[in-house]
Amino acid sequence: MARAISDAPVKRERIGHPALTTWIRRIVFYALLLIAWQLFANTGIIPTYNLPGPADVVASLGNLFQSGQLLPAIGATMMRLAIGYAISLAIGLVLGLLIGCFRIVEETVGSLVLGLQALPSVCWLPLGILWFGLSDQAIIFVVAMGAIFSITLGVNEGIKNTPPVYLKAARNLGARGLALAAQVILPAALPAIFSGLKQGWTFAWRSLMAGELIYFTRSLGNLLQQGRDNLDPAQVMAVMVVIIAISVIIENVVFGPIERRMRERRGLGSQRS
Amino acid sequence: MLHLFAPGSEQKVAQDSNSSQSAPGGISLKVEGVSKVFPGHSGAVEALRPVDVDIAAGEFICLLGPSGCGKSTLLSIIAGLESASGGKVLADGKVVRGAGTDRVLLFQEAALFPWLDVQRNVEFGLRQAGIRAKERADIARRFIEIVHLKGFERSYAHQLSGGMRQRVAIARALAINPAILLMDEPFGALDALTRDRLHAELESIWTTTRKTVVFVTHNVREAVALGDRVLVFSPRPGRIIADFRVDLPRPRSLEDHQLVSLSSEIMTVLRDAMGTQEQEGIHGKSN
Repeated sequence: MARAISDAPVKRERIGHPALTTWIRRIVFYALLLIAWQLFANTGIIPTYNLPGPADVVASLGNLFQSGQLLPAIGATMMRLAIGYAISLAIGLVLGLLIGCFRIVEETVGSLVLGLQALPSVCWLPLGILWFGLSDQAIIFVVAMGAIFSITLGVNEGIKNTPPVYLKAARNLGARGLALAAQVILPAALPAIFSGLKQGWTFAWRSLMAGELIYFTRSLGNLLQQGRDNLDPAQVMAVMVVIIAISVIIENVVFGPIERRMRERRGLGSQRS
Repeated sequence: MLHLFAPGSEQKVAQDSNSSQSAPGGISLKVEGVSKVFPGHSGAVEALRPVDVDIAAGEFICLLGPSGCGKSTLLSIIAGLESASGGKVLADGKVVRGAGTDRVLLFQEAALFPWLDVQRNVEFGLRQAGIRAKERADIARRFIEIVHLKGFERSYAHQLSGGMRQRVAIARALAINPAILLMDEPFGALDALTRDRLHAELESIWTTTRKTVVFVTHNVREAVALGDRVLVFSPRPGRIIADFRVDLPRPRSLEDHQLVSLSSEIMTVLRDAMGTQEQEGIHGKSN
């Protein structure tokens, strides 16, 4: 319903199918880009062992898939991401709630979180390796540390920005304690919490890749590294394409629809054009 | 009867509000020497001089005064959402401590929860009272009908006009069957036509339920059109400078000449108060 309202019928009549034309333009752009890349690679100005053409990259991708390396690597990587993100989600939500609800926690722990948030998450890697050895746990540790503080700050911000009138109205209608938190503060804070979750995911994803480049195990990061070791830029690029694809899929399949639905329901309008 | 709202009495409440339109009426309200001082950067700000008000059960009272005279603060204190610096509030003879579902405050901005649709907004208070899903859905539907919003149960606040939002807020407040309705310029942001309609609806709801209503406004005609009594506040620090009884028959027309002449009489009192305030200000400066 909200959608129907926000999509002005005038606009629809004039342009036809806006979504479709956007996609056509996009596909044409990427097609031209690939053709230009292939043509440039064919000229041999940069030798192919440095800059392979898209055909080589696709071939390499096929090889990785057929040799049975790609899917297990993706699986292992996603597993680490899921575990690390789940840990940061649990800790970040609780920490954010505590900071948002108790002034004393905000004044103390809150300042610490702000400081730690400023630290690039890869910087946790040496400590992770010292504590957990060169292992899965060390990488998961880095992933979790990468996302925790964004999530914490998102939750805190959401609680802080809850319009006081909602709290007054809720208290006045008899909401207290846990019910007030679960039925009013949390839903009111949801948009801000969600942007914290999104930011947390990008940090988690980045630190995961950094960790996997260092720790040799079955992973996407390792496939990248292996491409470098074999002087095979086609494989490096193929893995990069896979990593980009995973990012885009998670953003559009997991976060996108939830966020759109939430914003539409509240009449906040769509952030995407 | 309903002010005795206590945990465990939900069942009774539900039955009461189900049984008939002649739900339990309002309760009396007594404000004794309530004052409010806000601590500020440049010293404390006195928002409210000690105020005494006596409101009978089922009375419709309008608090009238210029912006910032502390009338909204008084309403918040009565609602228990803000603490008084001095004095006390008695609802049905019992001292008010904190918010209670016997006194519901309605805000100028309706304050609907944007993550809930109309139906769930109206159910909100019932849910807090622990009433079962089926029952509260029935009650909510009935009050949505009373405020003429049937068919909008699944709409969200942003899909409604200002007047409709205010209606939802009224339904949400009425659903928990409070004895006292506290209204803080609820129609202040609405256009004149919508406001007139809502006046009529509010009046008819009040006539059937006989709840005690305390209605804050800075609109003199609105106050005279709705109130049994109009209490006039002075500019900050607020105190009550006049208490008008409005004995005009209901429903009242804004064009009625008696209403108009009473309005202008009240306006004169207000203007005098503003004038005195200014003189005091000048006097204060020259010292």
